Amino acid sequence: MDPLAALGRIVIFLLPTVPETIKITLVSFALALLLGLLVGVVRIAPRAPWTWIGRTYVDAIRGVPLLVWIFFIYFGLGRVLHLPQFVAGVLAIGICYSAYVGETIRAGIQAIPRGQWEAAASLGLSHRQAMQRIILPQAVRVVVPPVMNDFIACLKDSSLVSIIGLRELTRAGREYSSGTFVDFETWLVVGILYLAMTVALTRCSALLEARLRRPEAAA
Amino acid sequence: MIRVERASKRFGAHVAVDQVSFHVPPSTVTVLIGPSGSGKSTVLRLINGLERLDAGAIVLDGLPLDAAGRNLERVRAETGMVFQQFNLFPHLRVLENLTLAPRLVRGRPAAVVEAEARALLAKVGLADKAARFPAQLSGGEQQRVAIARALCMKPKVMLFDEPTSSLDPEMIQEVLEVMKALAAEGMTMVVATHEMGFAREVAHEVLFLDGGRLIEAGTPERIFGRPRESRTQAFLAKVL
Repeated sequence: MDPLAALGRIVIFLLPTVPETIKITLVSFALALLLGLLVGVVRIAPRAPWTWIGRTYVDAIRGVPLLVWIFFIYFGLGRVLHLPQFVAGVLAIGICYSAYVGETIRAGIQAIPRGQWEAAASLGLSHRQAMQRIILPQAVRVVVPPVMNDFIACLKDSSLVSIIGLRELTRAGREYSSGTFVDFETWLVVGILYLAMTVALTRCSALLEARLRRPEAAA
Repeated sequence: MIRVERASKRFGAHVAVDQVSFHVPPSTVTVLIGPSGSGKSTVLRLINGLERLDAGAIVLDGLPLDAAGRNLERVRAETGMVFQQFNLFPHLRVLENLTLAPRLVRGRPAAVVEAEARALLAKVGLADKAARFPAQLSGGEQQRVAIARALCMKPKVMLFDEPTSSLDPEMIQEVLEVMKALAAEGMTMVVATHEMGFAREVAHEVLFLDGGRLIEAGTPERIFGRPRESRTQAFLAKVL
């Protein structure tokens, strides 16, 4: 068979599952961002129990492989809760990445000089007001590049949910290669499709970074 | 206006402020002088609650601030603080730097606050810089914005923590002029500074601190002309 036609066939088979990979990534990462912001803010809260809770959450989640989280939520909790594959997969990735994103956000918050907190406090702003109006808006700019890295990693790790039968790109690759035994070409195409997405995201990240470049630095 | 009674603060084993007492009457300027690490900054930071008292008491216009930190946000809203490093909010334009706290903390209407903020910027000679970002201003301009920002809260007291120490020499005067004008209007001020000329000219009372203790207090004429304590004499011999 013409090798180009073979590759074309693979692409036609795999391409329809790319949106599913993107969907899993987007929903998981939205959850990770939401929980991560909470984790980041709680980790630097002035009151002790919160910091402790935040640290325990981060340690517990980062200390367990994502694959184990997926098994735990789908097979373990699924016994009782009967979670659909998509929900279980997204929950596992979202929770797992919230710990990484949370640490990134915490680092971003802590990168803001102490003087900013003090100036806000000296004007009578509460901790919460200072966080919302002064610290987080500045931290966002610091945090965007590393969070985009987390996002790209999240996209690649979404392949792990293929193991519980979610029909995304990697799962489709397995189906095609096991049905046709064209392993080399199949996984080559799968790899190239992931690469195309991550390269596109890297470019987006660079653009976003340029846009967020501090207006105050433009003298 | 401000009464500081046997205020003490330690950081670990280091005693930063040791039983310091003084009184600042309304519409007077008190200048704190002393070597680096003498406790000048810490005294100011205790007055507006950026540091908690370990012992003693500070009463601001009848509002007591104690070790438990009661009245903290009220006291802070009543005291304007100007920092050595300006600490302007870099993501906000100059005008927004001024209007944020009066709107958020005092809940005052935006239009009124903005008009007041523009008037204050004009007063410190920066009417044309309202739309700039802090990083687009010189150090002296940034510090004048910081003064205007503190004034926009209509504080009863202004605290200055070495406001000219990180400025280039040619910018020191423009900031001191703003402070002198403020003093002439009757603002109650407490200033930690190394600018002895300013202390001599503007202060009603000069406090000399060393090692966290209040060594000597008096009028500028007395402190600079006839210092009683040997430590004061030694310090002044070095800086004058």
